[in-house]
Amino acid sequence: MNVRTAIHFASAAFALAALALGATATAADTIDPVADAKAFQRFFTQKFPKLKPEDFVNGPYSLNEDMHKQWEEKEQFPPYEFALDLGKELFSKPFKNGKSFADCFPNGGIGIRQNYPYFDEKEGKVVTLELALNRCREANGEAPLSYVKDDMAALTAYMAFTSRGKPFDIKIPNDPRALEAYENGKRNFYTRRGQLNFSCASCHVQNPGERIRAEILAPALGILNAMPIYRSEWSGMGTISRRFTTCNSQIRGVPLEPQADEYRDLEYYLSYVSNGLPISGPGARP
Amino acid sequence: MASTIRVRAISSGETTEVQALIQHPMDSGFVKDASGALIPPHFIRELTFEYDGKAVFVADWGPAVSKDPYVKFSFKGGKKGDDLKISWVDNKGESDTTTAKIQ
Repeated sequence: MNVRTAIHFASAAFALAALALGATATAADTIDPVADAKAFQRFFTQKFPKLKPEDFVNGPYSLNEDMHKQWEEKEQFPPYEFALDLGKELFSKPFKNGKSFADCFPNGGIGIRQNYPYFDEKEGKVVTLELALNRCREANGEAPLSYVKDDMAALTAYMAFTSRGKPFDIKIPNDPRALEAYENGKRNFYTRRGQLNFSCASCHVQNPGERIRAEILAPALGILNAMPIYRSEWSGMGTISRRFTTCNSQIRGVPLEPQADEYRDLEYYLSYVSNGLPISGPGARP
Repeated sequence: MASTIRVRAISSGETTEVQALIQHPMDSGFVKDASGALIPPHFIRELTFEYDGKAVFVADWGPAVSKDPYVKFSFKGGKKGDDLKISWVDNKGESDTTTAKIQ
């Protein structure tokens, strides 16, 4: 009995010491997105040593050979083709006042997906591509689109398509609010929620490549590069907003409104840590 | 409106491989919408591929085929540059036709 208590004491003391050590280490840490992104990418490349960094943008298709074969065949005639055509049409169609989406974006909106979301220093908040598209519409007297599917997904599909292959290039300006947005996004990503008590990371960091029911979980690294996606499960296109809100309701949480500050920050964080990986959207997922 | 049919037909000399994607809701008639009302059935009944005046592929479809169906098959014959005619008719009498060049 005595020996056992002694062992207990010893291990407790050891754990305490380790805790104290850990605590001082984190306290000394400052927010360092560059190191974060490096560590994040290293985690995934070590977990999947066979994959090249650019493979991660194809999500589950890079993790399962069978699915990869099916996907290659599918890509010859991708299900997002119709959305792509619709997106091109919507993008070039002028508003009632004669202006068009091209007037709201740098480079006429072509090949710029990799720069979104960005931190707007005037507003002090993160601006996503979906948000920018709707703001463009409102500035020109048009009604905003639904954030989750259809026209919005078609537009972002077209914009992603024109940016394919360009590496994600998210910048964090030298502004404490930008760093705070990044921190908030990171906290959101790792916070457990919902009745199932899952965080984003529970599935997409701890278990990519594993099955959740019939699905194979995608790695968080590069997950936004393929957005928007045609999901067979949805039998239609979905945006990043749709992905975030449905993820939250699937873990039996209450999703926020699309483009809530929390989601904008989350998108900012998740895009930043995938910096350097090529845009592959629009994607097709089972 | 753009065509609801996308086709790619590639001749390898002896045979021609055809892939097609068709935009159609393919409602089975068993699904309810957000307000609980039944979505009426709306699906393609017949899909036909014609080459040189002859049907090379005919599909009798029903409500069990999924949305935006995809078809792949190959047939003997078919020369590069020739026309392949594709058409569908659905249960509401709507239809679409397109012609594609064999590559």
